[in-house]
Amino acid sequence: MVNLTINGLNVSVEEGTTLLEAAKFWGIPIPTLCHLDGLSPYGACRLCVVEIGEGPKASLVSSCTYPAEEGLKVRTASSRVIRARRMILELLLASCPQSKTIQDLAAAHGVCQQRFKQEYEDCILCGLCVRMCEEQMMAKAIGFRSRGENRSIGTPFDIKSDVCRLCGACMYVCPACQLRCTFNEPEKTICGSGQNLRPPCLEKEQFDDMMCYMDPCVACEIQKQNKQ
Amino acid sequence: MRLSNVQDLEKQRQEANKAKAGIKKTILVCAGTGCLASGAAEVAEAFRKEIKDRGIDMKVELTVKTTGCHGFCERGPIVTFLPSGILYQHVSPEEVQEIVEKTVISGKIIKELLYRDPKTKKYIEQYSEIPFYALQTRIVLQNSGQIDPASIDDYLTVGGFSALAKSLSMQPEQIIQEVENSGLKGRGGAGFPTGLKWKALANQPNGRGKFLVCNGDEGDPGAYMDRSVLEGIPHSVIEGMLIGAYATGATEGIIYVRNEYPLAVKHLNIALQQARELGLLGENILGTGFSFDINLVKGAGAFVCGEETALIRSIEGKIPEPRQRPPFPVQKGINAKPTVINNVETWANIPIIIEGGAKAFAKIGTKNNSGTKIFSLVGKIRNTGLVEVPMGITIKEIVDDIGGGPVGKAKIKAVQTGGPSGGCIPAERFDLPIDYDSLTEAGSIMGSGGMIVMDENTCMVDIAKYFMNFLKDESCGKCFTCRKGTQRMYEILDDISKGKGTLEQLDLLEQLAHVVKDTTMCGLGQTAPNPVLSTLRYFHNEYIQHIEKKHCQAGVCKELITYSINENCTGCQACVKVCTQDAITGQKKQRHVIDTTKCIKCGACRSACKFEAIEVV
Ligand SMILES: Cc1cc2nc3c(=O)[nH]c(=O)nc-3n(C[C@H](O)[C@H](O)[C@H](O)COP(=O)(O)O)c2cc1C
Ligand code: FES
Repeated sequence: MVNLTINGLNVSVEEGTTLLEAAKFWGIPIPTLCHLDGLSPYGACRLCVVEIGEGPKASLVSSCTYPAEEGLKVRTASSRVIRARRMILELLLASCPQSKTIQDLAAAHGVCQQRFKQEYEDCILCGLCVRMCEEQMMAKAIGFRSRGENRSIGTPFDIKSDVCRLCGACMYVCPACQLRCTFNEPEKTICGSGQNLRPPCLEKEQFDDMMCYMDPCVACEIQKQNKQ
Repeated sequence: MRLSNVQDLEKQRQEANKAKAGIKKTILVCAGTGCLASGAAEVAEAFRKEIKDRGIDMKVELTVKTTGCHGFCERGPIVTFLPSGILYQHVSPEEVQEIVEKTVISGKIIKELLYRDPKTKKYIEQYSEIPFYALQTRIVLQNSGQIDPASIDDYLTVGGFSALAKSLSMQPEQIIQEVENSGLKGRGGAGFPTGLKWKALANQPNGRGKFLVCNGDEGDPGAYMDRSVLEGIPHSVIEGMLIGAYATGATEGIIYVRNEYPLAVKHLNIALQQARELGLLGENILGTGFSFDINLVKGAGAFVCGEETALIRSIEGKIPEPRQRPPFPVQKGINAKPTVINNVETWANIPIIIEGGAKAFAKIGTKNNSGTKIFSLVGKIRNTGLVEVPMGITIKEIVDDIGGGPVGKAKIKAVQTGGPSGGCIPAERFDLPIDYDSLTEAGSIMGSGGMIVMDENTCMVDIAKYFMNFLKDESCGKCFTCRKGTQRMYEILDDISKGKGTLEQLDLLEQLAHVVKDTTMCGLGQTAPNPVLSTLRYFHNEYIQHIEKKHCQAGVCKELITYSINENCTGCQACVKVCTQDAITGQKKQRHVIDTTKCIKCGACRSACKFEAIEVV
């Protein structure tokens, strides 16, 4: 067992536990975006940062990837952590304002405006879909490509994947891109084949509200708009 | 021939020495990448031909050798003569005949080819008396430029592999202790004590395999010290790794070089091949039962591949994304096996420490920062090139004494150290000693040793923007704050440089910079805000000028300046000829005018004008 303190609370956890798991177990909330139980930790969104160490050596680390260490002093809500978290949420809002997940997180942390140039991106590159596809669906149909500001998720060379089984798991886990993956433009989806979850409303002339599992349904809204 | 014990090695060395003793004169033509670019290969060929035509080589009196880099790349191609020690600069193939006739045969000096000290205006004959060299402490680079990198025998004649022979007679723990006592810190940037790293590897359980890696990624634009070491003295890196392997029990070695360094790759391949043939690599080295081999891995040249965890993934053939440390590479590295990664220069220091002893090594430099560091000195100074200096030397000494001070009239304003993610240090602080702690305290980093000198014609906002542009492309993109943060910082800097920035944005820039530094996983993101933070710290007024007065003092930010012609104009028409936009008009011998609506502010007229008549406001 490894002994450490989280927010002053002495806790002991099994070796190999991450700080996030330890905090969760002891009921201390840490916001996350790119973490999902059952998928390997990745550490891309940085929302889960916590402060470790003391004095000039104190630093922020992502709790979803950092292993619990003997004697570690962890603070999950110090002013440094909060400042960082709010800036991350501001950056997220500036890139992906339409995502409900991000809106909710921002609201919960009192971030209600952002000061950058507004962008409307579909993807925050959290990599949940990539890990879902590889680790749970055993398909490896999609992956990361390129680096820096050109980084994107997709199939190799954008060719429709042979190994994709249209399971839709990538869309299920996505915190940001529901819009493009359910909409009826296959070229906009990450795998070129997300349309299997095409809302029924688009298939039928007459659409039945009861059949729609999307709430709110973006496709419906757009179709309504188009009709007007 | 395989050497089966240490005596064999000494025999091989004696033979190499004997062959060398038969040669009375040597002409050394620098064949580093810098000199090759300015035509060194043709010069060497011309020398070979000339000597052959004159039949001198029949008496084995004279040989032409192509060597590694001398460091004084700006003056290339560089030719040195042994034993006289005369150095000629800017040599062209047409001059070779004259040189052979006068200097080689009759021993006369051709004055025009000598280096001329810009301060004293004196011609300097001797290689060792040129201030650029005289003020350096060349330990690692001692043999670079003096030996043929493609010949292991040449390396033997300068004492090569004697440190290995010495190590093999020591206990592994003794070697690690020696490296620890020397106080050697990793030259790759972070300055982690090498001895401690080795000890951690030696303490890992044996039997599963351990890796040693030489990090030759060198992604900083403008830096080329590692390239020069690999090109000029590849055997010393191999020797260093062999000693490291013997000390730590490592079983496999990897040298990671970027593929953009074709000459380094070529020389390394030759050196590895030669070492294998002599049995210095492979099974049962020198009959001691110790086995180790080194493979070459070529990288595709992403900056982030230099980061150790990304480097490991690159070697494994995966996307180079850094990962969480701990576990550190020493615990879990390549294929989850314990791995030690050291910089090229770190490895090249090892034979020197073992050969001369830790005590002697620790005497060089300062107390907590022993040894030397190679810098690639570039920018607005007279002498640019590679310089090796003891740790703790001040920036002033490097810039003014070795670098020879500013080129033109403009005063030197700052020095940027540490590559793209380093910081700018203003001229007021040039008395700062160069070591890991002082540089970090001043808001910069040592990095791998890039040093860019900037004068008053450099705009600090523009510099920050330039580096941020590089970093936003070279961030691996995994951490949201690094990827988006560098993009957003660039965006704000771009606004400021165009006169569209606001004071609120400046605040936001600073807040963002601190958060990016705090929240990213690897060294790239953690240091990426340095260009912004250090320029904000020392050159805050320039930012304010850009924002409030819409004025760029250095005359760099295109949106904020206009070009005009003053009364110095003699009407020589030189500017008219170079202007691609036909924006300059005027009669001969009369003052010209620039049409600002056509002017694209490219600066071509300003460089073409000999009378300083083009003004930038
Ligand atoms: C973005 C980034 C780039 C780096 N590039 C290099 C490099 O080009 N060469 C190098 O030796 N180390 C580089 N490093 C440092 C390595 O991660 C590592 O610390 C070093 O190779 C260890 O060797 P040393 O102990 O001999 O310094 C880089 C680090 C970062 C964060
Ligand atoms: S949840 Fe930890 S970095 Fe995203």
